[in-house]
Amino acid sequence: MMRTENALHEQRAKPSAFQFTLRPDNIGVITIDVPDEKVNTLKAEFAEQINAVLLKAQQIAALEGLVIISGKPDSFIAGADISMIAACASREAAQTLAKKGQSTLAQIAAFPVPVVAAIHGACLGGGLELALACHSRVCSLDDKTVLGLPEVQLGLLPGSGGTQRLPRLVGASRALDMMLTGKHLRARQALRSGLVDDAVPQAILLQTAVAQVKQGWRAQRQLPWRERLLNGPLGRSLLFSIVRRKTREKTRGNYPAAERIIQVVRTGLDSGSRNGYEAEALAFGELAMSPQSAALRSLFFAATALKKARGSEAQPHPLRCVGILGGGLMGGGIACVTATRGELPVRIKDVDTQGINRALQYTWGVLGKRVRSKRLRPAQRQKQMMLISGATNWCGFEQVDIVIEAVFEELALKQQMVAEVEQHAAPHTVFASNTSSLPIAQIAANAARPQQVIGLHYFSPVEKMPLVEVIPHAGTSDETIATAVALAHKQGKTAIVVADRAGFYVNRILAPYINEAARCLLDGEPIESLDRALVDFGFPVGPITLLDEVGIDVGTKIIPVLEAELGPRFAAPAAFDALHKDGRKGRKNGRGFYLYPTGKVRWRWRKRVDERVYTLLGITPKAHIPHALIAQRCVMMMLNEAVRCLDEGVVRSARDGDIGAVFGIGFPPFLGGPFRYIDHLGAAEVVKILVHLQQQYGEHFAPCERLQQMAQQGARFYP
Amino acid sequence: MSKALPLLTRQGDRIAIVNGLRTPFAKQATAYHGIPAMDLGKMAVSELLARSGIDPQLIEQLVFGQVVQMPEAPNIAREIVLGTGMSVHTDAYSVSRACATSFQAIANVAESIIAGNIGIGIAGGADSSSVLPIGVSKALARTLVDASKARTLAGRLKLFSKLKLRDLLPVPPAVAEYSTGLRMGDTAEQMAKTYAIGREEQDALAHRSHTLAAQAWAQGLLLDEVMTAYVPPYNTALAEDNNIRKDSSLAAYARLKPAFDRQHGSVTAANSTPLTDGAAAVLMMSEARARELGLAPLGYLRSYAFTAIDVRQDMLLGPSYATPLALARAGITLADLALIDMHEAFAAQTLANLKMFASPTFAREKLGLAQAIGEVDMDKFNVLGGSIAYGHPFAATGARMVTQTLHELKRRGGGLGLATACAAGGLGAAMVVEAA
Repeated sequence: MMRTENALHEQRAKPSAFQFTLRPDNIGVITIDVPDEKVNTLKAEFAEQINAVLLKAQQIAALEGLVIISGKPDSFIAGADISMIAACASREAAQTLAKKGQSTLAQIAAFPVPVVAAIHGACLGGGLELALACHSRVCSLDDKTVLGLPEVQLGLLPGSGGTQRLPRLVGASRALDMMLTGKHLRARQALRSGLVDDAVPQAILLQTAVAQVKQGWRAQRQLPWRERLLNGPLGRSLLFSIVRRKTREKTRGNYPAAERIIQVVRTGLDSGSRNGYEAEALAFGELAMSPQSAALRSLFFAATALKKARGSEAQPHPLRCVGILGGGLMGGGIACVTATRGELPVRIKDVDTQGINRALQYTWGVLGKRVRSKRLRPAQRQKQMMLISGATNWCGFEQVDIVIEAVFEELALKQQMVAEVEQHAAPHTVFASNTSSLPIAQIAANAARPQQVIGLHYFSPVEKMPLVEVIPHAGTSDETIATAVALAHKQGKTAIVVADRAGFYVNRILAPYINEAARCLLDGEPIESLDRALVDFGFPVGPITLLDEVGIDVGTKIIPVLEAELGPRFAAPAAFDALHKDGRKGRKNGRGFYLYPTGKVRWRWRKRVDERVYTLLGITPKAHIPHALIAQRCVMMMLNEAVRCLDEGVVRSARDGDIGAVFGIGFPPFLGGPFRYIDHLGAAEVVKILVHLQQQYGEHFAPCERLQQMAQQGARFYP
Repeated sequence: MSKALPLLTRQGDRIAIVNGLRTPFAKQATAYHGIPAMDLGKMAVSELLARSGIDPQLIEQLVFGQVVQMPEAPNIAREIVLGTGMSVHTDAYSVSRACATSFQAIANVAESIIAGNIGIGIAGGADSSSVLPIGVSKALARTLVDASKARTLAGRLKLFSKLKLRDLLPVPPAVAEYSTGLRMGDTAEQMAKTYAIGREEQDALAHRSHTLAAQAWAQGLLLDEVMTAYVPPYNTALAEDNNIRKDSSLAAYARLKPAFDRQHGSVTAANSTPLTDGAAAVLMMSEARARELGLAPLGYLRSYAFTAIDVRQDMLLGPSYATPLALARAGITLADLALIDMHEAFAAQTLANLKMFASPTFAREKLGLAQAIGEVDMDKFNVLGGSIAYGHPFAATGARMVTQTLHELKRRGGGLGLATACAAGGLGAAMVVEAA
């Protein structure tokens, strides 16, 4: 009793996040400013605060209208506090949470005088739902202003009326597009789509909102003819059937949130918003309790935590200039993210000018796409290009703070690079190797300053893959780790610190997975069938496509290292040597398991398997293994190896292991990563499956010790 | 004549040229086709900063020039600051002095340092003869302005109906001197005739220029001052000037027809500097500042002079007027120079200037001096070739000459060097530099 009283007292003492002021012209301004937070996020207890402030406003007889604006410099409301959902014990509790949100916003919608949202900064999720409940919206033209409903990315749907208000405001097709992708609209896009009524410079945002209030009630904007057509009885069925089909193609049934969004929007349009709100709350309750949403939310928290983590206790060295050795695919990609995301000057060294041109071409190509889609002005592209310079000698390396080496995968060459960087760069310069198979300790073996040598493993294509493995060797200093992590963050990457063991983490768990797919292939299972099985399981691409992307030659380099260091379970099927001897490197040389377009035939290219691979491997393809079994064989190999990695300290935590697998390989996000998936299945069940596979397909499936222990104790990786 | 005028800051520091860099120069519509001068300038300045290892925040001013102006970005200097990794707080303005533009940019930065307004600056210039501001005829331009004021469609149509077909043709930038209507080559022809400069002499100078420049490249002498240029779409890199004839033979020059005076002329395309694209820049500061930052200067600016003469006759004699003034301000005579670098707009112009240098009559009548400027020792003259071989991106040439002279002085163990150029409008520029 005492405790609750104290808690109540504290709550009362805490200032409300919603402050009401009345302007001399009888227009009320509600300022949202969550105390002690950098950005505004909606919390459950705000419902009462909003009610209180609305009540206060309503008591003013002369009130002409309300403006809702944020007191934070760069966020309107960045979304709802996700931990609210974790606090819900049941479906009903989550449903109640949604209903509470709905009814609070309904009060805004039903307010007797006009309410205008004045939006500057992020207006996402619950924040946009609040804005949608207002009678009209004005936003600033600032680059920081973005509007969107990203709930689907967390396996949820907008639960405070968003699924009902948005389709009525901008039309069903646009609303579905926003809710199913979670994409952000910038000010001009929002204005064009009718999401906001005006977009103005930030300086006159409040003024414009006040002017809108003074205009009084206005007729709702008519939807554009396309949306009206799609809202007719015929149009609507057509629209929903197309959206359903396309969504199903993408989600393969793995993401229930997408389908629930479509269904709830349809309910609202077909049988009225009252039923729509009801369906929305119900669906929200169900989705909040779904394992998919739990997995996606845990990934979100893990990624957020990793973005803040420094990797070590030390302070990073300031980064002013970055050097890159080798202008190949990796070097070019790293240069691209360093210059375009990190906005840091990059100095590339290559043995010939062609290498530097290749690296520049990479960024030119990436930025060219943005220029063509009008997301970037040519002058901005030019400026970003100007950050990248190159030389065939060491001039300009005196002032680089970190050098990333992306030269040919050969120990002697990398050691020579260390020596040359130590000679030509500054004494503080960090040497980071983008090796995928060589031990960092060996690269640092002859270094004069081994404490400044570290591994920084990027994934191809660099500008798309969000993960970087940071690999300190035993002698790497804490400052070097922190500097490498800081660089990765500047490049927009999520970094995990992993141990200097063969294959590090990502490739080590990837190798057994791909090897297993290879065994299925040698059993005569067709390539497309293998890829489809794992795409259906939830991977973005299948294992064979992935091998083509990563490079068959990279595989043939890493596998022997893994086998030598970690044992015969990594041995690749011998027949695969034939591919290597045939000069097949995958996509990069246009010769892999699939055919790649050459020259001008790129237009309307459809991906097809190169049938000659079957001849090379001496097999006759015939689909005969059930897809579920293919997926099980491949994925179980990966899970087993992931547990070994955690056990051996290759990854620091299950969280890092999950992030590594999802961000580095594309492990199905709705499963949350290997460790969360094992928790979901139960260690005992995983061991049972592995033992069964071991009996059927061989020793390499033998469950590792840690898993067996966990199975016995009924232990979990996450509490 | 004025007496010595030392270029020192109030603290008594010399003006140091810490580093200089240029892009390779490329003939019109070759390696830099489609790349505007502004982008060439950005390239040179970016690379200069990358190589110098100086924190861009420290650059307080950038003065840049461009002779062929692009109307969409009239202040090329500021665009370079905004379009590279430089600090937005770096002040920037553009200058124009025809072919002597980057001499002027260097002088401006030097003056700012001497006045104490800035500590560190960059000067330079860029020009493209491949990306040109091709405009509309005066009649069309006038009609377009009137049309924007007209109220009715009929009024607008009426305006356009007055235009003739030829008014609709695009108009390339003029190559003639605005005040006289004379082409630069016409002036060179006039000077060749007035000063009796023969065709053979001109061809020999051109041959010498190409031969020496080709040698300089073959010996790798220019590697520290010429960057390798990477330009979109990044298919090939340009590492060397592409105008230089590596197998220049005197006989080949004789085969060309005169370009300006077909009947009685001697100025040909081969003994003139070609239209060229390129950029050059130098990093300048007081010698104390360089010491503070641990930077070793290439050399120092000792004196400079700009002069102006009539444009109808002998318009390209600028060096003969500016040089004695610069020498006097440096407190030296021609004999004190270890190197003389003269811009070669035309072989005829260069040779005419050399004649005037040696002429006591010219000194007496035109300069009011008792003695000739001096006979030029050809072993010190344009020793690595000149603009006929390297080409002449108008605004970049001055910075190229100053940097090239300083490097060569260093190789020769120090001393003083002169860089001098003529410019459209009867202007002359001369700079005396000393090696560090």
